[in-house]
Amino acid sequence: MTEVFGVPVAVILGQLMLGLVNGSFYAILSLGLAVIFGLMGIVNFAHGAFYALGAFAALLGLQWFGINYWAALLLAPLAIGVLGIVVERLFLRHLYKLDPLYGLLMTFGLALVIEGTLHQLFGASGHSYPVPAGLTGAFDLGFMILPIYRAWVIAVSVVVCFSTWFVIECTRLGATLRAATENAPLLQAFGVNVPLLVVATYGGGVALAALAGVLSAPVVLVGPLMGNSLVIVVFAVVVIGGMGSILGAIVSGLALGVVEGFTKVIYPEASNIVVFVIMALVLIARPAGLFGRE
Amino acid sequence: MRSAAVPYVIAGVFALCVPLLGIYPVFMMELLCFAMFACAYNLLLGFGGMLSFGHAAFFGSAAYATAWLATARGWGSVPAIAAGVAVSALVGLMVGILAIRRRGIYFAMITLAMAQLIYFVYLEAPFTGGENGLQAVPRGSLFGVLPLKSDVVMYYLVLAAFLLQFVFIQRVVHSPFGQVLKAIRENESRAVSLGYEVNRYRLLAFVLSATIAGLAGSLKALVLGFVTLSDVQQATSGEVILMTLLGGTGTFFGPVIGAAVVVTLQQYLSDIVGGWVTVIIGAVFIACVLAFRRGIIGELAALLRPRP
Repeated sequence: MTEVFGVPVAVILGQLMLGLVNGSFYAILSLGLAVIFGLMGIVNFAHGAFYALGAFAALLGLQWFGINYWAALLLAPLAIGVLGIVVERLFLRHLYKLDPLYGLLMTFGLALVIEGTLHQLFGASGHSYPVPAGLTGAFDLGFMILPIYRAWVIAVSVVVCFSTWFVIECTRLGATLRAATENAPLLQAFGVNVPLLVVATYGGGVALAALAGVLSAPVVLVGPLMGNSLVIVVFAVVVIGGMGSILGAIVSGLALGVVEGFTKVIYPEASNIVVFVIMALVLIARPAGLFGRE
Repeated sequence: MRSAAVPYVIAGVFALCVPLLGIYPVFMMELLCFAMFACAYNLLLGFGGMLSFGHAAFFGSAAYATAWLATARGWGSVPAIAAGVAVSALVGLMVGILAIRRRGIYFAMITLAMAQLIYFVYLEAPFTGGENGLQAVPRGSLFGVLPLKSDVVMYYLVLAAFLLQFVFIQRVVHSPFGQVLKAIRENESRAVSLGYEVNRYRLLAFVLSATIAGLAGSLKALVLGFVTLSDVQQATSGEVILMTLLGGTGTFFGPVIGAAVVVTLQQYLSDIVGGWVTVIIGAVFIACVLAFRRGIIGELAALLRPRP
């Protein structure tokens, strides 16, 4: 068996694979953050909490109503997206005229409420969610074993990310959205319903987070704090990529996941902090982020 | 006597008499430590306009340094506190250099990420006791004379430290440095065009704030006698923001009132509602941001101000 740094190649590839799976979640989450921030100027601290809610929606849907994975993949983001819309109408819309920092603080409070409630209702420990029937087992690629579900997560996230990118960059709806980012009052004067656009964007971004939650349910333990530290990593990803760029968010999300996986092979103790270290280095070299314009 | 002095006199007399009033001194000391922490935070947010989401890193770093030196190395309490404060100043300098490169929400996200990095370092580092934290930190004595084991003596030490930093922050804010800091908060481009080295001012404010937060952390480690990971956790960073916001950002008394409310709530509410405290804290956060942005002192001041 070939070895690199004294580690079998299969182990390295396995960790890189895991890293790519994590990177898929980073990409979907930072994409949602970037879209929400672009249009609303709000940094959604509750993104990790909505991610956890997505996973819980899938779990409870299965336990209480027997809703299977495939239905949950559609229904959970829908339900959590509607919840996001309610949040936007009740709370966030009062904050648009204010400093963006208030949006960050409000959603931080919201994250505490959501995570605290989940903790009280379902306990601190994680619950496992079964891998859906069609996706169990693994491919044997000869040089490594590839669990089918992990490949599925990567495939779905790549498709979701690039279709979101396509919608925003290449369709009429996306053009309207970008116009609203540039100059909302002018767009409103043209007769576009900007408040509707805003509420739909927040709902959509939150639904993306919930989708990531459902996707992650079979590979992680579903617990109230599953999104708590994830959202901080995603913030770092966004600082590295530059918040203005959708493509930047996707690429840096995937790449940082891989880097994290690689670190787990060569220096496991640093795997939790490698993203933050990279963030510090990027800030020193290019304060606006790799893909940012400022 | 000017009427503005009245609240100071009342607060001062009350603070001096606490040990006589039968209020549990450890509770009062914890409250003062968090009030100090919130005052430090307010220096940065209220007067410097910088929202840090990682202040627990400085509070906790100092607490760990003091606790480790006092337990593993047998240092006296005063040198251990001094070393803790120095550590927090150093950590503040390192985080500050990175964070001041960006503004607004990016500043908040960078401080949050760096604090998370520091949290993981303490989680892995051998000297922090991992999940158990450092237990049984001895209080020692003040210069080998006054035994700090006595809650009353310890209380007056904490009170003295609190008053010292309170006066110090007022001096800083009213100094030329503080005026420039406020000018930068209000209009950075203008401050730049007037020839001020804006980033130096911002960095100094950041380090000062981190240092005072460290003093609060070191004292807290001695008061309670233990340091755990929760002292460096994101939740603690959130709490100090809430204290400042709730009391009144940019006021001198606000953070003290805010800290008093939050610490009291946590102490007594957790007996009644148990784990729902987090949810309530979150709800208070939301209410503050939506309806109550000036905080308790800010709203009071607005009420009392004579209408034109």
